[in-house]
Amino acid sequence: MYQEIILDHYRNPHHRGLREPYDVEVRHVNPTCGDEVTLRVKLDGTKILDVSYDSIGCSISQASASVLTDLVIGSEVDDAMAAHEAFLALMQAKGAEVGDEAVLGDAVAFSGVAKYPARVKCALLAWMAWKDATLQALARHGGEPAES
Amino acid sequence: MSFDVETVRKDFPILDRQVRDGRPLVYLDSANTSQKPRPVLDVLTEFYERHNANIHRATHALGEEATEAYEGARIKVAEFIHASAPEEIVFVKNSSEALNLVANVLGWGPRAVGPGDEVLITEMEHHSNIVPWQILCERTGARLRWFGVTDDGRLDLSNVDDLITERTRVLAVVHVSNVLGTINPVSLLAERAHRVGALVVVDASQSVPHMPVDVTTLGADFLAFTGHKMCGPTGVGVLWGRRELLEELPPFLGGGEMIETVTMERSTYAAVPHKYEAGTPPIAQVVGLGAAVDYLRSIGMDAIAEHEREITAYALTRLAEVEGLRVLGPTEAVDRGGAISFVVDGVHPHDVAQVLDAHGVAVRAGHHCGRPIHLRYGVAASTRASSYLYTTKQEIDALIDALHAVRRFFG
Repeated sequence: MYQEIILDHYRNPHHRGLREPYDVEVRHVNPTCGDEVTLRVKLDGTKILDVSYDSIGCSISQASASVLTDLVIGSEVDDAMAAHEAFLALMQAKGAEVGDEAVLGDAVAFSGVAKYPARVKCALLAWMAWKDATLQALARHGGEPAES
Repeated sequence: MSFDVETVRKDFPILDRQVRDGRPLVYLDSANTSQKPRPVLDVLTEFYERHNANIHRATHALGEEATEAYEGARIKVAEFIHASAPEEIVFVKNSSEALNLVANVLGWGPRAVGPGDEVLITEMEHHSNIVPWQILCERTGARLRWFGVTDDGRLDLSNVDDLITERTRVLAVVHVSNVLGTINPVSLLAERAHRVGALVVVDASQSVPHMPVDVTTLGADFLAFTGHKMCGPTGVGVLWGRRELLEELPPFLGGGEMIETVTMERSTYAAVPHKYEAGTPPIAQVVGLGAAVDYLRSIGMDAIAEHEREITAYALTRLAEVEGLRVLGPTEAVDRGGAISFVVDGVHPHDVAQVLDAHGVAVRAGHHCGRPIHLRYGVAASTRASSYLYTTKQEIDALIDALHAVRRFFG
């Protein structure tokens, strides 16, 4: 489960820290363990200009936030939502799937996490926060929320 | 009878389990839930195979047997905590329900709290002894106050005169902390609270399973504990209350079995304890709890407490060897239970627990339903190892070895 990729992202998280400007800021918590993430999204139309975050949590939740930002910053909301869907499916696969690297990038390293139900919430924390913030940002701009 | 942990372990079939690729199970999560000895498992099976029926209403042989087994368990539990009568034992779902029951019936009726009144708790309570009181205060306009804790994990009693006043109507306090392990001076606090006429509610979830508890000397008016942490089944907990209070206070849940007579306009209620046991109770679980009480008494609560004190002292000494590890709560086995929460520098508790699990060591990671006490010590979460009568020093050694592996892995 502790793939080297995960540990790398944990030790050297990408895009960490809260940045200006942003459209929406959300705070999500994992009520069973107290892990927290505060996450900001900045959109330009349907393009994701920036995702910044500050978080407290385990290696899985930290690395997952780092991988998420690598994946979605600079991409179209629709593509990012598709990656979100794919990651969610991977996390719900109980370790039976390996994930599509073309869609998920480094996030495929989390396939092993799906074997440990208690840790799936850790992996999903930042992803759920990002989706929440992005949908709010789209609604604020009067854009259409992507299919989810 | 002398206590021998290896003999005790033979009573617990699950302790033979191997986990995670054939590693022997090292179960250090008993503060979360205890394992079940063979006699309890046998009684559960026998009840369902031979005596299963609903109680207090079935006019047949099985109904009589089931009722006798259920009420027999009430007598056993009453004796176990030295209650003055079996009627003072109310069977509920768990400690949380017991505490919610008390908080609920203080929201109306002859002892209702209201604006100007204060409910006093402590910073080291489990959420189940915080949230029901927050709800009560929100409903009634009473004010919630709390004792803080000291840096070394004890209740801070320096402002006791400011906190326990004529306005205090309820003092709700945990006997043994599920996070810090601290054993609180309940009798002393109860004496102070009674002087101002307050009711004393004690969360005994982590004390009744682990040490002799005598409600005639503790000073509590209500005591809550749960079956599954004391070798019994899940789904059954106990509220002990002083009989005159249970009689005086209004009912909690309405329904079958808790009534005397019902008309379309109003109802009168059954005598205690049945007034507080609406609907079909967890019958087999209550019978199983009775068997758990028999089992614990056969070993002896003094012997269990002494064994756990030894294990806790050993664990605290060995944990001190692990570099970068900090124990939350008392670091000596004095007035201390067997739950030991700790943080490892630079490694999140989830990661600690995951690596321990890979070594077969079962612990709990998170805030253990005590978020405020974690915030008090400046951490979001911790890892908790907790022992019981079947815990061995070898298991503590296995924990320490695995913790060194954690340090190597994340170092």
